[in-house]
Amino acid sequence: MKRKLLAILLSTAMICSLTACGGTGSTGNTTDSTNDSTADNTVEENTADAGTDAGADNTADAGAENAGEGGSLTGTLKLGIIGPLTGGAALYGNAVDHGAQIAVEEINAVSSDFKIELNAQDDEHDAEKSVNAYNNLKDWSAQAIIGCVTTTPCVAVASEAYADRMFMLTPSASATSVTEGNDNVFQLCFSDPNQGSASAQYIDDNGLAENIAIIYNNSDAYSTGIYQTFQAKADELGMNVVSVTTFTDDTANDFSVQLTEAQNAEADLIFLPIYYTPASLIMQQAASMDYEVEMFGVDGMDGILSLEGFDTSLAEGVMLLTPFSADATDDLTSSFVSKFEGAHSETPSQFAADGYDCPYAIYEALKYYADNNGGLNVDGMSYEDICDILVSVFSDSNFSVDGVTGEGMTWTAAGEVNKAPKAVVIEDGVYVGL
Amino acid sequence: MLNYLINGISLGSVYAIIALGYTMVYGIAKMLNFAHGDVIMIGGYVAFCTTSYLGWPVIPSVLVSIFVCMVLGIVIERLAYKPLRSATSLAVLITAIGVSYFLQNIALLIWTSNPKAFPNMVTLPSLVIGSLQISSVALVTIIANIVIMIVLTLFTSKTKMGKAMRAVSEDKDAARLMGINVDATISLTFAIGSGLAAIAGVLLCSAYPTLMPTTGAMPGIKAFTAAVFGGIGSIPGAMLGGILLGIIEIFGKAYISTQLSDAIVFSVLILILLVKPTGLLGKKINEKV
Repeated sequence: MKRKLLAILLSTAMICSLTACGGTGSTGNTTDSTNDSTADNTVEENTADAGTDAGADNTADAGAENAGEGGSLTGTLKLGIIGPLTGGAALYGNAVDHGAQIAVEEINAVSSDFKIELNAQDDEHDAEKSVNAYNNLKDWSAQAIIGCVTTTPCVAVASEAYADRMFMLTPSASATSVTEGNDNVFQLCFSDPNQGSASAQYIDDNGLAENIAIIYNNSDAYSTGIYQTFQAKADELGMNVVSVTTFTDDTANDFSVQLTEAQNAEADLIFLPIYYTPASLIMQQAASMDYEVEMFGVDGMDGILSLEGFDTSLAEGVMLLTPFSADATDDLTSSFVSKFEGAHSETPSQFAADGYDCPYAIYEALKYYADNNGGLNVDGMSYEDICDILVSVFSDSNFSVDGVTGEGMTWTAAGEVNKAPKAVVIEDGVYVGL
Repeated sequence: MLNYLINGISLGSVYAIIALGYTMVYGIAKMLNFAHGDVIMIGGYVAFCTTSYLGWPVIPSVLVSIFVCMVLGIVIERLAYKPLRSATSLAVLITAIGVSYFLQNIALLIWTSNPKAFPNMVTLPSLVIGSLQISSVALVTIIANIVIMIVLTLFTSKTKMGKAMRAVSEDKDAARLMGINVDATISLTFAIGSGLAAIAGVLLCSAYPTLMPTTGAMPGIKAFTAAVFGGIGSIPGAMLGGILLGIIEIFGKAYISTQLSDAIVFSVLILILLVKPTGLLGKKINEKV
């Protein structure tokens, strides 16, 4: 009996914890509940006039440089979004949705002949509901999908979409199982393994540490995946990993043993491929042990500063690799951040940035095709045809997109993105680019 | 070695204080209140809100948290468990799980899934003996444990209410015939158990300061294990079981494997129960056939 109860309670814990890639945080979450109480949350961007103020100062956007005169892109593209707009993971889905809306407003304002219509469907971070959402979008005659936001639903929808030949660009589902075997699915975020090797490379290149300790969550595919590629890369580079310890979702409260082991091994840097919630406990416990050590995180660490009530001085000096930092000063980022803050009175998270880049990537891909093939009118095109076009362009190594989550993003035919991660360090409670 | 022992005792003392609540309710009402872990979570949130949003000092906010949890405990008992007083124990158990889900989802609605960092409520300096460091939270938790254990034992053995509780636990019908108000007694039990949950919530969150709607779930399960380990129904047993569980967990992590710590904890539990089915300090129960 007890074991059954345990199983039930554990599965509750699992449902409540997220399997998305990368934790995120929003500074205040009061604005999220306005229009997402229904499952059918259709957000249509009216093509002609909506938000014409947007994008006016942002014409030099992603990849505009290849807007040659080869042919023009016309018509209205129907883009579906699938993500959790309600439920425990609503934070992520809404961030993506809001980011994508801003991008679509900008695109519609800039181009007169080509418009994008958005339709966001709620999947409540549930695989079954996600497939329903996907079918709703097909009924709406969507021509391509941005989604899913979280990994587990994404895997379920990807296999449907693969059979249907529907193009999918996921903003944030980072597991390799999302793209594996599905040539129609592409990722805008780093895949999990990429982050591990990029982190190892970065630490080695910059000589950040002599002795490295690693603490990872071995009950989480995200964390384990990053750890494995980090370790492989570290071995390849001859880095000195002195301590590897783990925890699980169920033991994620006491880290005294792991920290003591790292301290005894004289580690001067701890690599934390984990979400920010356990990371905040590790920082707090390291501080109470008077153990001064550098900490290095990945995108899951993003959000630590917005953890309500967290003493941000504990995170001082923590470094992390993240594709997006809201305080970057380039034009693209600052324009996006100010629009997002204007519309939703919160700082955009990495998920919002991923969501913002997705419509642009699809828009640029279609434009690239139109340029090279004497024009393209997407009106009434079947999703199979759109999928063929997008797959061929995304697999083309000459096609690249500049977005807020990375410059010169290119994709492999397998669907993984190549982009340079940005390293940031936390100073005085804000991210500072390195 | 000694450091690990102290870490184990501090972790165990948190389990112990939760286990006291479990064992209290089980000992009197003879039901496993699986919603106990979630009452702890609610207690943590109440204390978080009063200190962080209203800026109250520690003592009043803990008292408010205890009060809210006691009321919550009585309400849960009245609405969810009382109608099932004559139902099978399985029905009550499932209801308790339902209440647990209900509380988690209510918390999700009110406080959202965003984790909150709990402010440290115990701001005393930590005790340093040579190279050993004992955090003040651990000290306070251990002291609170001992005090609660003694008070509860005295309460159930010496006071009139306590005697009524024991009478109810032995035989409800006979107790009713003796003029004991069974409903009031069981309500009081839940009130005390939930008040203990509030204290446990504050101490748990002070030691491990992240607060989420699922915060209480896993410590609740571990504490239940501790209560069974020590002999469920026995108040000193809960304390002993909790502390031993914490020590085993930390030693398992430190000397065997961080990956297997839970497996080790639960294997020890199975071994103990095979040898001594009623737990370490459990009473031998003669089942009536």
